[in-house]
Amino acid sequence: MSIKKSLITAGAALSALPVAALAQNQVNMSPGVTQVGAEIYDLHMLIMIICIVIGVGVFGVMLYSIIYHRKSKGFVPSQFHESTKVEIAWTVVPFLILIGMAVPATSTLLEVYDNDDAELDILITGHQWKWRYEYLNADGENVSFFSNLATPQEEIYNSEAKGEHYLLEVDEPMVIPVNTKVRFLITANDVIHSWWVPEIAVKRDAIPGFINEAWSKVEQEGIYRGQCTELCGSYHGFMPIVVHAVSHDEFDGWMAAKRADKDAQIAAASVDLSLDALMTEGESVYKTQCLACHGAQGEGGVGNAIAGSSIAMGDLGVHLDVGIKGVAGTAMQAFGAQLTDVEMAAVITYQRNAFGNNTGDVVQPSDVAQHKQG
Amino acid sequence: MGDHHHGPAKGLSRWLFTTNHKDIGTMYLWFSFAMFILGGTFAMIIRAELFQPGMQLVEPGFFNQMTTLHGLVMVFGAIMPSFVGLANWLIPMMIGAPDMALPRMNNWSFWILPPGFLMLASTLFMEGGAPAFGWTFYAPLSTTYAAPSVTFFIFAIHVLGISSIMGSINIIATIMNMRAPGMTYMKMPLFVWTWFITAFLLVAVMPVLAGAVTMMLMDIHFGTSFFSAAGGGDPVLFQHIFWFFGHPEVYIIILPAFGVVSQVIPAFSRKPLFGYASMVYATAAIAILSFVVWAHHMYTVGMPVAGELFFMYATMLIAVPTGVKVFNWVSTMWRGALSFETPMLFSIGFLVLFTIGGFTGLMLSIAPADFQYHDTYFVVAHFHYVMVAGAVFSMTSAVYFWLPKWTGRMYNETMGKVHFWISFVGFNVTFFPQHFVGLAGMPRRVPDYALQFADFNMMSSIGAFVYGASQILFLYNVIATIVAGEKVSDEQVWDGAEGLEWTLPTPAPYHTFEVPPKIEATPAHG
Amino acid sequence: MLRLSRNPGADTAIKLAAVACAMFAFVFVVMVPLYDVLCDALGINGKTSDIAYTAVPAVVDTSREVKIQFIATNNDGMPWGFRPQVTQLTVHPGAATDTFFYAENPTNLPMIAQAIPSVSPSRAAGYFHKTECFCFNQQPLDGMASTEMPLQFVVDQDLPKDIRTITLSYTLFDVTTMAGGTIAAR
Repeated sequence: MSIKKSLITAGAALSALPVAALAQNQVNMSPGVTQVGAEIYDLHMLIMIICIVIGVGVFGVMLYSIIYHRKSKGFVPSQFHESTKVEIAWTVVPFLILIGMAVPATSTLLEVYDNDDAELDILITGHQWKWRYEYLNADGENVSFFSNLATPQEEIYNSEAKGEHYLLEVDEPMVIPVNTKVRFLITANDVIHSWWVPEIAVKRDAIPGFINEAWSKVEQEGIYRGQCTELCGSYHGFMPIVVHAVSHDEFDGWMAAKRADKDAQIAAASVDLSLDALMTEGESVYKTQCLACHGAQGEGGVGNAIAGSSIAMGDLGVHLDVGIKGVAGTAMQAFGAQLTDVEMAAVITYQRNAFGNNTGDVVQPSDVAQHKQG
Repeated sequence: MGDHHHGPAKGLSRWLFTTNHKDIGTMYLWFSFAMFILGGTFAMIIRAELFQPGMQLVEPGFFNQMTTLHGLVMVFGAIMPSFVGLANWLIPMMIGAPDMALPRMNNWSFWILPPGFLMLASTLFMEGGAPAFGWTFYAPLSTTYAAPSVTFFIFAIHVLGISSIMGSINIIATIMNMRAPGMTYMKMPLFVWTWFITAFLLVAVMPVLAGAVTMMLMDIHFGTSFFSAAGGGDPVLFQHIFWFFGHPEVYIIILPAFGVVSQVIPAFSRKPLFGYASMVYATAAIAILSFVVWAHHMYTVGMPVAGELFFMYATMLIAVPTGVKVFNWVSTMWRGALSFETPMLFSIGFLVLFTIGGFTGLMLSIAPADFQYHDTYFVVAHFHYVMVAGAVFSMTSAVYFWLPKWTGRMYNETMGKVHFWISFVGFNVTFFPQHFVGLAGMPRRVPDYALQFADFNMMSSIGAFVYGASQILFLYNVIATIVAGEKVSDEQVWDGAEGLEWTLPTPAPYHTFEVPPKIEATPAHG
Repeated sequence: MLRLSRNPGADTAIKLAAVACAMFAFVFVVMVPLYDVLCDALGINGKTSDIAYTAVPAVVDTSREVKIQFIATNNDGMPWGFRPQVTQLTVHPGAATDTFFYAENPTNLPMIAQAIPSVSPSRAAGYFHKTECFCFNQQPLDGMASTEMPLQFVVDQDLPKDIRTITLSYTLFDVTTMAGGTIAAR
């Protein structure tokens, strides 16, 4: 067995805690479910073990001195204070060790950069504070959707018990087929974000106006969770990533359903909905998109209060403008591009009727579409 | 020699108008300690919120203000001015000079700091709150998307930068022109050498930071697009410019700390520093290399592979001179006659814990592995090991070491040792578990986290409260020493200490070396 | 060596102050242009040239195919419809190729857009020549108007052999206010 492998086995034994996904009190990196991820893990272990060995040596010498070379034990100090030979030795030897580290590091890095010949391309756009995924289809329309944090505010603010995947769950995960080279094209809508899933070993910054690429080939079906890793504003810690790696058949089925969804959305936008249907959908949209800033009872917080608000109870056109275009100079974003007309109609209806506002207004998707035209 | 001085002036005007390097050093040290407490308070708020999963104490936006101000205050208000304070006190005495080269500029260098920090702290009370974009303030979060207080942040950075530049110019001018006759460069104590090299780094890169914030100001207020893609600019340009400053900045922080340890360890080993010349060359090598490694802070930004490889190799290379320094310190201890007074405890603590931080730094330099470490708590653990257990421990060691010379009184040794052990344990309980949560997937700059990170975060928070509390013990010891400590009158104070400052009376008189001392033909290197 | 003061300390200080000022100037005068030059020359950040490429007569390399992907994205607050005519094309290096991007202004107000291109892999940027591109100019559109915006490009025959896919992404920014003054604050 090569020295490298022995060192890695020893290290693996040292970090004997389970390597299972997102284990409690995990102390080490996970080798993950890709080949590149496993190589990165091996590299990490190699470097760490070399450092531990050198550290034990150096600290061992220090400890020996601390115990035996004490004035209180009457030790008489030597006066030697230089040696060119020794200086050369401990310059050259570490240099050679570094070269030993640089070789596998270089080959792994070249693998990370091998982005070409993918079978599936997904455009990932970082927004404040959610991700958007667009599956690029060479022939037909692209499938695109937003992926929002699904953990309820009640769990975050401690009025409900936290679920198992607290802060690492979303409404719409990214779905990819296993054993397929997937290429991620990464950009951002506003500020710099960064897309990271540890077990897939992909992290790339999302930079507004620029496109980055990364790739992955997941070898095991499963659910993999990650987070934004570049400070992007107040809710940087609240925009997780969930990737479902599934069989090819399952993936094809999911893609077909998404395409059907999209057609259904377009159809739905021209249908009028009942107040009940709008309120139900509106409450759900409110909880995902609005609650964090505007409060569970519409009482406000970072954002203005909705309950009793002159906007939510006043001119509908003004209210729609705020929702669709946002408010420049504040944290109120333009949700027009993020919500379907059905969702926008529902949440505006909800805001106008919930929290005691009771305006009786019913906003239909076609109203929203018309308003967007100006 | 007739003493025609009247001694220091009395009252507030003494401190406002002093041009005396000892007075100015004292002011820098007290100011930096106050900033350490302020930055530490922000840290306590951060760790209190992170004590448990969920949001308990603050809103996410305010949390980001705390992390930003914690970083800015600690780096620019606590660490850097504290070492400038040491430089002021010690450099003239160590080279046999009566004062700094430009004493009036010295006064200005200090006195612009309090207003600068007042301006920065006042942003907490402004509309939109204090800066919340991290101490690294990447665009466009810090330009297009910043709260209005960003303009005051920019002015504050300019003020602090000017203070640093003036201080460094003074240090270089002093060392180059005012060494006592016979004190050649290769006879200077290593503390003087490390500050000499640090000062050049500061003069070179602090203006680059000023350039970066000026470009931000122009993008925000004057319609330019340096960092905005819409106008043909590039947010990544900001990162290159910032880190061109930022990487030398971390060596600016640590090199004087290396210098302190190079004075303390030989003193308590009763043995000369091993490899003086190598130590000088290694410090210079680190400083020069620090200019060509900046993009290792940007491995995930989408650089072409050739760039990533270059920065990886250059960064790994810095391990060589740094390792040389560690080996030289250990060799100084080897076969010395060691004693473990408080300054030595903190320096040995530095040696162990800074080396651990250096190892995680080497791990971080490996670009493909860094894709898994970048922007996680693994990085937070690394830089706290090198900056707290490195620079702060070294500064603490320095205060205990030189306080008797400055004040003529000895600190309480038992209390000092207790301070060390509580700091050592508290520090490690705070930051060692952060390696684990980082490797397990916890990002940095987040006010809340998934449940599997809970136990280590609670541990880390407890450690932080303990470490924070122990600094009050330190403050008490220092004040009690100054006010009522046991008087010391030997010049030598510590039997193993070498250097011109240990030939002066204790406490050091207000004016020293008004006549340059005679430098021995072959003095032991400091 | 030039002596700037009789006080040797002041002499050193003045020279160092000059170095500090030079480093400040260095940021604006050297770092910014150098970044642009290097990115242009080496295509490091995936930016393509913002002036039209003058095509030279060239032999088309029919032995090679390169896949070109087109991505259209809107930046924060930009409400326009914006999409490529085709999401993917296969081209031969050396062959001039034409395509379009559609843009529509769904509001009632005239607006001005700027499309910013970005190429991945970034090192392909220097080999992706645009002979005509809507990104060279700002795009004004009246309210409720739409347009077809042409793109003509040629992939250089010297494109490294290991690049088989090039992705061209345009981000559309609303520059209506910028065209008239400072950046509209968020």
